[in-house]
Amino acid sequence: MTLMKLTLRIWRQKNARTEGQFVTYQLDNVSEHMSFLEMLDVLNEGLVAKGEEPVAFDHDCREGICGACSLMINGYPHGPLPKTTTCQLHMRHFKDGDVITVEPWRARAFPVIKDCVTDRSAFDRIMQAGGFISVRTGGTPDANALPIRKRSADLSMDAAACIGCGACVAACKNASAMLFVAAKVGQFAHLPQGQVERKERVKAMIGRMDVEGFGNCTNTYDCEGACPKQIPRRFINEMNRDFIWAALTE
Amino acid sequence: MKLDAKCPSGPIAQQWDKHRFDMKLINPANKRKFDAIVVGTGLAGASAAASLAELGYKVDVFCFSDSPRRAHSIAAQGGINAAKNYPNDGDSVMRLFYDTVKGGDFRARESNVYRLAQVSNAIIDQCVAQGVPFAREYSGLLDNRSFGGAQVSRTFYARGQTGQQLLLGAYSALMRQVGLGQVKMHARTEMLDLVVIDGRARGIVVRDLVSGEIRSYAADAVVLATGGYANIFYLSTNAKACNATAIWRAHKRGAGLANPCYTQIHPTCIPRSGDYQSKLTLMSESLRNDGRVWVPKAKVDKRSPDQIPESERDYYLERKYPSYGNLAPRDISSRAAKEVCDEGRGVGPSGFGVYLDFADSIQRLGKSVIEERYGNLFEMYERITGENPYGVPMRIYPAPHYTMGGLWVDYNLMSTIDGLHVIGEANFSDHGANRLGASALMQGLADGYFILPYTLGHYFASSKLGKLTTDHPEFKRVENEVNERQQRLTSMNGKRTPDSFHRALGAIMWEKCGMARNERGLKEALQAIPALREEFWQNLKITGSREEYNVVLEHAGRVADFLEFAETMCLDALTRTESCGGHFREESHTPDGEAQRDDENFCHATVWEHLGDGKTPMAHKESLTFDTVKLTVRSYK
Repeated sequence: MTLMKLTLRIWRQKNARTEGQFVTYQLDNVSEHMSFLEMLDVLNEGLVAKGEEPVAFDHDCREGICGACSLMINGYPHGPLPKTTTCQLHMRHFKDGDVITVEPWRARAFPVIKDCVTDRSAFDRIMQAGGFISVRTGGTPDANALPIRKRSADLSMDAAACIGCGACVAACKNASAMLFVAAKVGQFAHLPQGQVERKERVKAMIGRMDVEGFGNCTNTYDCEGACPKQIPRRFINEMNRDFIWAALTE
Repeated sequence: MKLDAKCPSGPIAQQWDKHRFDMKLINPANKRKFDAIVVGTGLAGASAAASLAELGYKVDVFCFSDSPRRAHSIAAQGGINAAKNYPNDGDSVMRLFYDTVKGGDFRARESNVYRLAQVSNAIIDQCVAQGVPFAREYSGLLDNRSFGGAQVSRTFYARGQTGQQLLLGAYSALMRQVGLGQVKMHARTEMLDLVVIDGRARGIVVRDLVSGEIRSYAADAVVLATGGYANIFYLSTNAKACNATAIWRAHKRGAGLANPCYTQIHPTCIPRSGDYQSKLTLMSESLRNDGRVWVPKAKVDKRSPDQIPESERDYYLERKYPSYGNLAPRDISSRAAKEVCDEGRGVGPSGFGVYLDFADSIQRLGKSVIEERYGNLFEMYERITGENPYGVPMRIYPAPHYTMGGLWVDYNLMSTIDGLHVIGEANFSDHGANRLGASALMQGLADGYFILPYTLGHYFASSKLGKLTTDHPEFKRVENEVNERQQRLTSMNGKRTPDSFHRALGAIMWEKCGMARNERGLKEALQAIPALREEFWQNLKITGSREEYNVVLEHAGRVADFLEFAETMCLDALTRTESCGGHFREESHTPDGEAQRDDENFCHATVWEHLGDGKTPMAHKESLTFDTVKLTVRSYK
């Protein structure tokens, strides 16, 4: 097993009201089999043992699905490995002597709470604006009453795979949330159940996205590259088409 | 403590209909006068909160994550069961009910399980209507697959992300209600205690995890949907923040805790790789549909798997359980893996692993079919281990995954505290001593969408609930207790971190109260846990202050509660001298080593009553009767 020595430059910020700065830490004996977050756990245990406050970062499932973990690692959201969340990034992709810079998502709509923890509740509010099909519990038809073309269901699932982590926003030079919004709009747009509210949904969600202070899309698609679930950019194109269609026909 | 399950009378198939008619209703215009607190936003909590709000109740929802969508239901991979019988392979409500009772080793309440099977079909209808993109066949109709413990294909799935898609469906419904103003959402807020007034649950005390402020909320009823306690083992498949604090605090306020020793050790997890390991990752059980489990026949065989010829491999599940083979239920598969590893035939660097081999399936079906079925799981495995499972067999080992035990509830999902309802994994109700695959999602959504919304209304309609606010002195009293506790945690200035205590507790629990338990080990655990707890309360080190975002303090509070919970769990395991489901007592086995149930003495749920700190809790029994399914030896041979 290879053990590494690393230099970590980590963003420390006491709270939303104070200014932050990079602090440098040395870490020895990092195993290649550790996940990136386990490496930070080891750093934090050492800090707490010394009476220093550990680095705060969001995380939970550590299986790449809850979307809680974030972190800009060497300038890449979730680190340099494609299709991988920070919790699934393992240290075998780094080498002895590396200097690693770790910082929070940077976007006006995602203010820092502490260190690398940001407030992503703007995504919840976009969902509240229209990220649903307005069915109530009960009284729904039999699940097989409505056949759905396999290809449509698969496309819907491609979009629905979004984990709401915000890497798309962090990657975008405009801090746009277009890929996040397009993923939810696209999930429903490809299903017959989603047609009834299709126009209202796209207008409401984009409207809310603008209110929350996310930027606009200028079609450079860094979001797609950064997305750990590789939500395809075609959903942005489709959403734009839907948005224009909704605006013209209402 | 009085245990009245309140099961309806009459034939089992008509009980739920009868009960729904017998329950009292609330006029639509009056519903807005009632409010409920829902703690937890996984499948059970989110679906319950959304459904209650749709009915017109005012709902306050709490979760410790930054968003309700992070709840750990999201990590369920394989699927959700329902008795639709779409594949025409002989499924029915009765069969799903039967499989669940048998799978649970005859330690669940028949009435509840039957109802679960009955409402299972409506869940699929509901989720499809919400836009959950389940897998489909070329006909456009829904696809099904088979899962452990069943001989029919009744599992609906959305790639390897079924939990995610179902949770996002419930989350969407919840967000809609937040947008409409029916639900007030409190994210990054953790419940730290329950407030009981005149014998009824009337509110909770929480900590705002960002500001550190301790606050109270009052309501007409409290619903706990706070999940399971498998993180008591430290290493489990649960998310890092999953904890038992809400149910433990409710237990200390009077809610009976049922069968805490029933824990499920999942057979297909990625083995641990080192001391820094922070959690274990589950590989969906659905993999066992196409993967074959084996170890070398010889002990300490260090050859690489492709160098071991067929004749020197032991496909032990197929050998021991020919009719179910690799799809034997979870408890049986897990113990079989432990057995072969204890014999010295385990694989991988630690020797604690078995192979899950897809070579045959890839040859039979082609790589593309396997990729479509399990592609994302294979990728995840490769990301974690650095090995490509298309080329070399996966290595798997059992890990704590789910807890069947939990707060005792009656047929209405109400605990022994009036007004405190408990749903999803947090309660003890439907899975007996072992849960079948793809049944957790079913239960969470059944409770939340289709059971609680009725039974909570009945509670409101049949109780005389005066209005009260957090100005009531009891709220202040509980808040003070919470504050004092926080103060104690932060003021020790000791030497050990919460994480180190948690790891130490986990090691004790895994060793003594894990896959196999015996009297000596459990008694040792009952010595070791109080000692560790004592050290915790003297030697804990916490950085930062209470009045800020403080993950060390959060963790410390959860570990403190685990340290108490663990003792009752071991006591429960010690008291139940039979083997059943996920609870295997080494003293109780058949001549060929299989688990030996003892129906004469243990056909009951053990419900623990808290009698005060430092006192041994009192055991009560809810005896279980099996009128519909005959008590039989559970055989998968």
